[in-house]
Amino acid sequence: MNEKNAAVTWEGIEAKEFDYRVCPATGLLVDTKAEKLVIANAVAAVICLTLGGIFALLISLTRWQTIHLLDATWYYRLTTAHGVDMLVAWIVFFEIAALYFGSTALLNARMVSPKTAWLAFVLMVIGGGLANFAILTGKADVMFTAYVPLKASPIFYVGVILFAVGALIGVGLFFVNVFVAKAEGRYTGSLPLVVYGLVAAAIIAVYTLLSGALAFVPALFWSLGLLKQYDPAFYRNLFWSFGHPAQQINLCAMVVVWYMLSHITTGGKTPNEKLSRFAFILYVLFINLGSAHHLLVDPGPSFPWKVFNTSYAMYLAVLASMIHAYSIPAGVEIAQRKKGFTKGLFGWLKNAPWKEPGFASLAVSIVIFGWIGGVTGVTIGTEQINMLAHNTLRVPGHFHATVVGGTTLAFMGLTYYLIPLVFRKELRMKKLATLQVYSFGAGMTLVSIGMIIAGLQGVSRRHFDITFANAAIQGGIPQGVHIGLALLGIGAIIAILAGTLFVTIVLVSILNPKKVSPTSVTLVIPQESVNVPETKKEPSAKGTFVLVLIFLMFFATYYLSNWWLLGRTWFIR
Amino acid sequence: MWKPENNWWKPLDPIEKRWVTIAFIWCLFLTAMMPIWLVMGKQNVPAKTYKILPADYMKVVDKFVEQYTVGTDETTGIPIVEPPPGGNAFILARQFRWYPILKLKEGETYKIHISSIDVQHGFSLQPTNLNLQVLPGYGYVAEIVPTQKGDFTIVCNEFCGLAHHLMVGKIIVE
Ligand code: HEM
Ligand SMILES: [Cu+2]
Ligand SMILES: [Cu+2]
Repeated sequence: MNEKNAAVTWEGIEAKEFDYRVCPATGLLVDTKAEKLVIANAVAAVICLTLGGIFALLISLTRWQTIHLLDATWYYRLTTAHGVDMLVAWIVFFEIAALYFGSTALLNARMVSPKTAWLAFVLMVIGGGLANFAILTGKADVMFTAYVPLKASPIFYVGVILFAVGALIGVGLFFVNVFVAKAEGRYTGSLPLVVYGLVAAAIIAVYTLLSGALAFVPALFWSLGLLKQYDPAFYRNLFWSFGHPAQQINLCAMVVVWYMLSHITTGGKTPNEKLSRFAFILYVLFINLGSAHHLLVDPGPSFPWKVFNTSYAMYLAVLASMIHAYSIPAGVEIAQRKKGFTKGLFGWLKNAPWKEPGFASLAVSIVIFGWIGGVTGVTIGTEQINMLAHNTLRVPGHFHATVVGGTTLAFMGLTYYLIPLVFRKELRMKKLATLQVYSFGAGMTLVSIGMIIAGLQGVSRRHFDITFANAAIQGGIPQGVHIGLALLGIGAIIAILAGTLFVTIVLVSILNPKKVSPTSVTLVIPQESVNVPETKKEPSAKGTFVLVLIFLMFFATYYLSNWWLLGRTWFIR
Repeated sequence: MWKPENNWWKPLDPIEKRWVTIAFIWCLFLTAMMPIWLVMGKQNVPAKTYKILPADYMKVVDKFVEQYTVGTDETTGIPIVEPPPGGNAFILARQFRWYPILKLKEGETYKIHISSIDVQHGFSLQPTNLNLQVLPGYGYVAEIVPTQKGDFTIVCNEFCGLAHHLMVGKIIVE
């Protein structure tokens, strides 16, 4: 392995032009320059996750009213920092790592311009550093949304802009890599589905990051005093054209990771490539409309505008997610049935590799993302129902299920497999890794549900003291609120412990000097099978169909009960 | 990951077809619920909004308060204002107070105007739980019918500065 610069030709291409090694798992060429970039971005991501996690614990213990740890200023400050470090830094660094991995290692291809990629990395590091500096020194107590006319120091806007520019360059490089790989004939036929999904994520990333620049560049000028007026409604629209699709990059990347994990741990593939690809196209076309669901109760936009946009033109992006929510488990079911686990509707599920961290994270991530995140998101994103939920804790309750229980957990699961594939180190403490996945999932479920319980009773997000102890006008709060906030606090402690475990396992594994032996590296983990049936017929995914129907019933119940709740409040029009 | 088959353009199998159809119908239902509620429901997001400069809004509010004040809140000194049923009422948001306190009658309709004169705020009426975004430069006209009696608080639920959590207002319904 790692025979540098050997003049090997591979399908007629001189491989000498870049340093490479042959991946023992896939037999594909791995560009070591690309690999270093993947590692750098992944490490930066984990550092940001650690930082954001520390802030998460502190603000959670503040919201848990019985503990009420921080003072008001630091609660607001660290909530701002948590938003930036998690939602922007951790997620985007990891996605850039995934894009580089997908456009090189998975395509047998090379990083076309490593220098540019390093430039992008440096810009992101400096940008993230500046934003954190501004926030932690009290120059940007504005939350990560920085709603105009609440003003932050120019350093904050410069930081965000530099980070976004760096990310945009990284995304650009991804496209260049894919095109050059095709042009140089490094892969033949169609793109693999997971790279196809990454292309979708990257297309969304381009218009997302451009909107981000459109929102933040005028904000910078305004903060410098060069621009006198910046319309707040206009800013909100631009900001969410960045902030919302940014979540859809996560969604898209997470779905890709789901496909990867299901393949790595069970050998599953999508039952229908056409359908899965179609679903990715729906994301690209419709998901950006979703930015409107942050403006549902804003003055300005009209009813038809709000409804058309929030429904993603008839919930076509939701349809896409429901397609993946079927295709991925169906892929697993079919793979399992082929291995002989054919008993009843759910024998395949019972015999799935539950002890494998990758499968555990796949399953937990799908459940939290779909059942909590997806259902609550569509519900509170409904024009009229949003009046019950806007700016209450139900909103972070929803997105911690999507972006944390869903995306972050899936990314953690994938990291365990990148350790042998990319870092070429053995995954240590594998049993603990599985435990880590389940406990992080359990903690985040409590966090989300706790927030939702409190939010349903009207508790605001981004609010230091919902008992209004020092306010001039007093208001009572329902007792049930404290239960919700305590669940949030307890869940946070569990999730943070599990997060610490994640960082520990990763560090212990990659700092271990011994390289993994190439023969033990495989892409798809060894599969158990029992008396494999003789039939040639492709098994069908009946079990999954039943599961998704149960899901739909739960969805309908939650959704309709919210209309009922809305019907009980004051009349308003 | 895996390499796609050469010809992956194949028809959906019966289960896939069934699921995509069911899911799509569900999506149509989700979309339809919003216009249906617009016509049949009693709780809709106010659609009437207008642009107004903060200074002008302040003048309008002052005039409104002068005309309809019926008392003052003892602890805060904020005027309590009782607008005529069916008429216009005004609420002004600023760092870090809601102004004035409104006194309304149960079952009557009021056109409540809401705007901010500095940064963005969140109008969160509790414990009824009705939430609207408040922007400077934009007036919101919410036609509201209180359906319960009692004291209601207006919590600010958009972060508006370091004393954001102290911004609490009141609506009294008799
Ligand atoms: C251990 C895990 C985590 C815990 C316990 C946690 C907890 C919290 C809490 C308590 C808040 C403040 C809610 C409020 O008072 O309004 C919050 C806000 C937030 N969190 Fe997390 N969080 C975690 C991980 C994450 C991750 C991984 C992400 C993103 C990928 C994330 C994104 C956010 C965002 C965007 C906000 C909103 C900040 C704002 O309102 O400006 N969180 N989180
Ligand atoms: Cu406020
Ligand atoms: Cu506020």
